[in-house]
Amino acid sequence: MGSHTVHTEKEWSNKPQLQHNNPLANTLLQKLDYDQLTNCMRCGFCLPACPTFQETGVEAESPRGRIALMKAVADGVMQPDQAFRNQMDHCLGCRACEPVCPADVKYGQLIEQARDAIEDHPEHGWVVTQLRKLFLRGIFPKQSRMKLLGRLLGFYQRSGLKPLTYRLGIMKLFPKHMREMERILPDASHKGVIERLNTTVYPAKGPALGRVGLFRGCLMDVLFTETNVNTVKLLAEAGYEVFIPEAQNCCGALHAHSGEMDLARQLARKNIKAFKEAKVDYIISNAGGCGAILKEYDHLMHEDEQYKNDGSWFAEHVMDINEFIVKKGRSLRFIESGPNKPDGAANDQSLRVTWQDSCHLRNVMKAGSAPRELLRQVDGVTFVELQDADRCCGSAGIYNVTQPVMAGQILEHKMEHVNRTQSRLLLSGNPGCLMQMKLGIELHKPDEKMEAMHIVDFLYSRLAK
Amino acid sequence: MVDQKVAAQLRAIVGETYYRDDQEALVTHSYDGTPMLQALPDGVIYPETTEQISEIMKVLHQHRIPVIGRGSGSNLCGGTVPIHGGIVMVMHRMNRILEVDLDNLTATVQPGMITAQFISHIEGLGLFYPPDPSSMRISTIGGNIAECSGGLRGLKYGTTKDYVIGLEAVLANGEILRTGGKLMKDVAGYDLTKLLIGSEGTLAIITEATLKLIPPPRYKKTMLAMYKDIYDAARTVSKIIESRIIPSTLEIMDNPTIRVVDDFAKLGLPLDMEAILLIEQDGEQETVERDIALIRALCEQEQAAQIAVAESREEADKLLTARRSAFTALARISPTTILEDATVPRSKIADMVLRINQIAAKYNVHVATFGHAGDGNLHPTIMTDARNAEEIHRVEQAFEEIFAAAIELGGTITGEHGVGLVKAPYLEWKVGAAGMAMMRGIKQTFDPDNLMNPGKMFAKETRKRVVIERG
Repeated sequence: MGSHTVHTEKEWSNKPQLQHNNPLANTLLQKLDYDQLTNCMRCGFCLPACPTFQETGVEAESPRGRIALMKAVADGVMQPDQAFRNQMDHCLGCRACEPVCPADVKYGQLIEQARDAIEDHPEHGWVVTQLRKLFLRGIFPKQSRMKLLGRLLGFYQRSGLKPLTYRLGIMKLFPKHMREMERILPDASHKGVIERLNTTVYPAKGPALGRVGLFRGCLMDVLFTETNVNTVKLLAEAGYEVFIPEAQNCCGALHAHSGEMDLARQLARKNIKAFKEAKVDYIISNAGGCGAILKEYDHLMHEDEQYKNDGSWFAEHVMDINEFIVKKGRSLRFIESGPNKPDGAANDQSLRVTWQDSCHLRNVMKAGSAPRELLRQVDGVTFVELQDADRCCGSAGIYNVTQPVMAGQILEHKMEHVNRTQSRLLLSGNPGCLMQMKLGIELHKPDEKMEAMHIVDFLYSRLAK
Repeated sequence: MVDQKVAAQLRAIVGETYYRDDQEALVTHSYDGTPMLQALPDGVIYPETTEQISEIMKVLHQHRIPVIGRGSGSNLCGGTVPIHGGIVMVMHRMNRILEVDLDNLTATVQPGMITAQFISHIEGLGLFYPPDPSSMRISTIGGNIAECSGGLRGLKYGTTKDYVIGLEAVLANGEILRTGGKLMKDVAGYDLTKLLIGSEGTLAIITEATLKLIPPPRYKKTMLAMYKDIYDAARTVSKIIESRIIPSTLEIMDNPTIRVVDDFAKLGLPLDMEAILLIEQDGEQETVERDIALIRALCEQEQAAQIAVAESREEADKLLTARRSAFTALARISPTTILEDATVPRSKIADMVLRINQIAAKYNVHVATFGHAGDGNLHPTIMTDARNAEEIHRVEQAFEEIFAAAIELGGTITGEHGVGLVKAPYLEWKVGAAGMAMMRGIKQTFDPDNLMNPGKMFAKETRKRVVIERG
């Protein structure tokens, strides 16, 4: 189908020596790591771990199926049609398939390579193209613009504009899932963690064990500034001086997941430079989604001669806040106090909390056990393991915006499990997951009063200071 | 591509979305867990009931269109690759447990039920379903029946065939056949239940199965015995059986397997050992303790360098899980991993291991051997690269000789994976001309138009028997 073989001198090549007539097929053949495609032996062990396969039972909606489709296009067995593009977009990118893959196929890299190739031949409508340009190129890369966005959003939320839009029915012009999301958006702020603390260096409490850099995140610093502040204070309590480089910017995760690899690399270069110059012992992330790509800066930059080595240094020194506290921190005590005691609860009644994994925190940063360990240490708290906590909640970056139907279905099943834990607090470690959990609570109200919260905020509120 | 009028008939039966013939559906049903095989079907259908399947079969029969039943597509014999096109019938929508009969200790399930989910449900009720293929987290009960899957517990508890006591199946012409029942004894005529088990989709589509359940063992103990010489390990296996002890699990892993499994499961296995036996016994505590002590003595007698008994259930489960991942973990060494399941009488395990290594050396291929040593079922696995045509040729020659060696030792070409496409050319080596004629006759009776999974089990021609040079 539209391909012809070019004979080469070499006895056998690791990539098929083909020239496809379809330009996208050619780009895919060029960008996909053909060794990884071959390493998938189609055993099917990934199928039970894949949320979209579990929801649909359709082979094409599984990692094995998607890899087979990529390989079929690269091999010239099929043309990359609209269904192919849609299927690549349908993957959540949660990477739950990677830890269960005995053959160690780097699926996350393959799906990003496929999306990168597709973005070289875009077929979006005008609106989507402009929105992608605005957010991925215009806003996320510049923290000053993120702050402006925070300022506008904060103004909307606090000025009386929000009730007005509701009264005028303006929100009704938006699709249902966008309306739902608008409702759960946290209060935005243009004052980031540096402005809030009024410093870029926060001293350790007691003798310093070392110096760490805070990766503040672009969205985190606008929508979850309080969490960033608490992260800094928690790190100080654990014995570390915290430096917050001003020159850092967005991690580039959303860009990489959306096929904008060049932009992702540009952002990575600035972060690598900022933290390398900061001379820190570790780089601390409090968002699983950011942490995962930071942890893979080595792979992202492996073809960049200038940044290759520093990229590896960066990747090796990134740690999630929870894992860092457990492994490197001075031992902390978390006590029974703070604002989250159940209303009117007797002293002997402990607070039930549960934990939703951030997929990238667990599957890529491989730091899934530390949050559980910390939660078990908190006095007066009963930690309840959530069934299928390791299954994606449907947030997945901007997936809940681009694929609302599948995301909604996944969230509904997630909340069935959440409600069964009868927890008062639903904790997570990534802003996207957290907002999705807030949305879940809003849409599928549990019997008891439940609240979604970042684990750092909870731990800090329980810290014996 | 199937004629659009036929496609419309099929859609009328299952509904618009459950028959697909778009490119995506065809490509993602062109393969299974077997390396290097791919062929596009003409359509993919997802039925929901036996009645729908009966109607589908009538349509396909009328137009002489082949049908390939498929569970999760995790088999290793090319059993679900549609080499003659046709319609792939995916059983995922028929995935319910219809009944657990606690008075008769039976369960009735639909074929798309995932094996591990079934086992965990049954264990929750305090009962036991022993067949445990390594792919059980994704394999289906229907697929297990079609291939007569084995597993780690095979030597003491038997395989799938020992637990299926009744079937419902749809024949090539759409007729519905029921065999057996909730009966522990039943000799009414030929045993059609057993005939359908392991028939690889070549006789009928299985739509429902009645399974026998047993009480679970009360106590289990797991141990590892490590050897500097693989033949000592293989001899230990024969010695254990000779001593009339049947462990619930008796697995062997050679050094290349130990290395990759440890890299995958991070167990801290000793990498300098040439072989490890993984042994588990279950039953009453007293019997188990006595057997484990006896096995321990036998291992020592056969020069085991190190023996370790698992301290906890978690530790034991970790070891068993690690062993289950051996096949795919071997894929880390090289892109293409080809694994076979030649089986010999248990007393010949040591001879077979020796022969496999000689053959691998002769053809200069990289082999790792693991498997269910206790039931004589070895998994010689060759690590290669599908893109290297010259090496693949040597791999094929090596496997051919391994099959021949197994038969020479009184064994068989396949113990639990099935014949499918891959071993069809060698089937006659095992069953002989008379066996082939009888099997063809059975196939003809069930499926006169050759529509049920065509091309499987019966090859166009049998491979010429290789002459084994003795060194």
